[in-house]
Amino acid sequence: MKMIKQFIKISGCLLVAATATSCAHLKEYQKSRLNDSEMVLSNRKVERNELNFQSYLEGASGANAGKTGGGCGCN
Amino acid sequence: MKKIYLSVIGFSIICRLGAHAQTKQDTTRNNHPFAVYTPGSGDSTGYQSRALRVDEVDLFSSYYNQNGDHSAVTGGIGTQKVTDFSSGLDLHLVWLNQAYNKNTLSVGLGYDHHSSASSAYVALNGGGKPGGDRIYPSLDWTVENAQKGTSFGVGAYYSGEYNYKSKGADLHWSVKTKDRSGEFGVKLQGYFDQVTMILPSEFIHQPVAQQQGTMIITTASGNTEVVGTNGQVISSTKNSLPTSPRTTLTAAFSYSQMINSRLQIMLLGDVVAQSGYLGLPFHRVYAPYLQTPNKDTIEKLPSSRFKLPIGVRANYFLGDNIILRSYYRYYTDDWGIRSNTASLEVAYKITPFFSISPFYRYYDQSAAKYFAPYNAHTAADIYYTSNYEDAKFQANYFGVGFRIAPPNGVFGWQNLHDLEIRYGHYSQTTDLVSDVISVNLGFK
Repeated sequence: MKMIKQFIKISGCLLVAATATSCAHLKEYQKSRLNDSEMVLSNRKVERNELNFQSYLEGASGANAGKTGGGCGCN
Repeated sequence: MKKIYLSVIGFSIICRLGAHAQTKQDTTRNNHPFAVYTPGSGDSTGYQSRALRVDEVDLFSSYYNQNGDHSAVTGGIGTQKVTDFSSGLDLHLVWLNQAYNKNTLSVGLGYDHHSSASSAYVALNGGGKPGGDRIYPSLDWTVENAQKGTSFGVGAYYSGEYNYKSKGADLHWSVKTKDRSGEFGVKLQGYFDQVTMILPSEFIHQPVAQQQGTMIITTASGNTEVVGTNGQVISSTKNSLPTSPRTTLTAAFSYSQMINSRLQIMLLGDVVAQSGYLGLPFHRVYAPYLQTPNKDTIEKLPSSRFKLPIGVRANYFLGDNIILRSYYRYYTDDWGIRSNTASLEVAYKITPFFSISPFYRYYDQSAAKYFAPYNAHTAADIYYTSNYEDAKFQANYFGVGFRIAPPNGVFGWQNLHDLEIRYGHYSQTTDLVSDVISVNLGFK
């Protein structure tokens, strides 16, 4: 229960931080920098094996669009 | 190695054929650095070919080397030396259906070969199998409705290695906000695994005298052998070792938002429930109170685990040629692990097509309630492990990546769209250190 409360608190803070920031309506031509391949909001393809070994060595996983457990001998 | 070279050559030929077959430029995605998106560019008649085509092929390869002195196989002491060579490919096929929705079929195949010094110590005398192979195919089908800004997909995976088999499936769905500056995504995922119950050699049934002059031995791989007095194997029966199930169910949520013309963020949150056999049967625990001849037993962990990781990514385009890629994650679970992960990567574009990206990642975690080091568990412990994955530690990971994506192809080879190379050095306060070097080749 304590853990869930903690989770809700942190999620709430992140949501407030996200919504409090003013989000300007962008025209397509204003998105040139955001469309840059380095700006992609995901792991790089070349990182896939790094995420794999981190999930073997560390107790925490998930929230990175990667594995959350299962699929290999790691927990 | 020969197979790998052949697969590289084979797929480069496929790409070459695909490139000749494709006569229309892809307008659905803009990967060109610094390019401005121009809606409606291309054919003025509005005609779009619906034919199936190879959109992209990725070939990846990686070498990993690790050393440490806290192996779970030997109860929290002993070598953790591991080397791993992995390679694979991802093939993305694209076509438009009758409603002109984009369909993407992604087919992946990966292969790992690893050697693990501690695996040899599943047999007490160090004579066990010191390595293994893993193969992991995957399939994903996603349909995108560009007009509505929605996508829906299904995926399936398999991973097979000597002592562990896993089947997985997922459903994923996403929707963009009305002004297309934000996107909400959900992924429901299930892994249904089977852990082969390979026990440390001292816990395998001792040879049984069958009849005068022969005896039956059960080996760690589950074979039953009838052995004569002179040690000669008279007959051998391949038995399958028992397995235990492990299930992992995940609901992953994400929301991405463009904040302004230079900043975009993504919030990520997963809810993960695991059940079944969550330890590994060849992880030893040593404790002074144990009555076994070696004062050891097998790790024992609860049959359920609930994990809650949440994270945020923020990417910022600073000036004209620096991109800051940042990430933070907080993790908590009901085994008592609390963890923080923070990383920052600074991608510096030396030219619009070549970037260099030094990165740093910090990680810390508290210990699980069930962890104690070698020979430190007490008789009061209901659950016990000496796996340092569950210990308290901090870790630092740093390195550098390079990305080349020139418009006329890498090294002038038109089909080789981009090349990424990345090296990282990882160290834990448990004295574990590792190095990894990875390469990704993207063909179009």
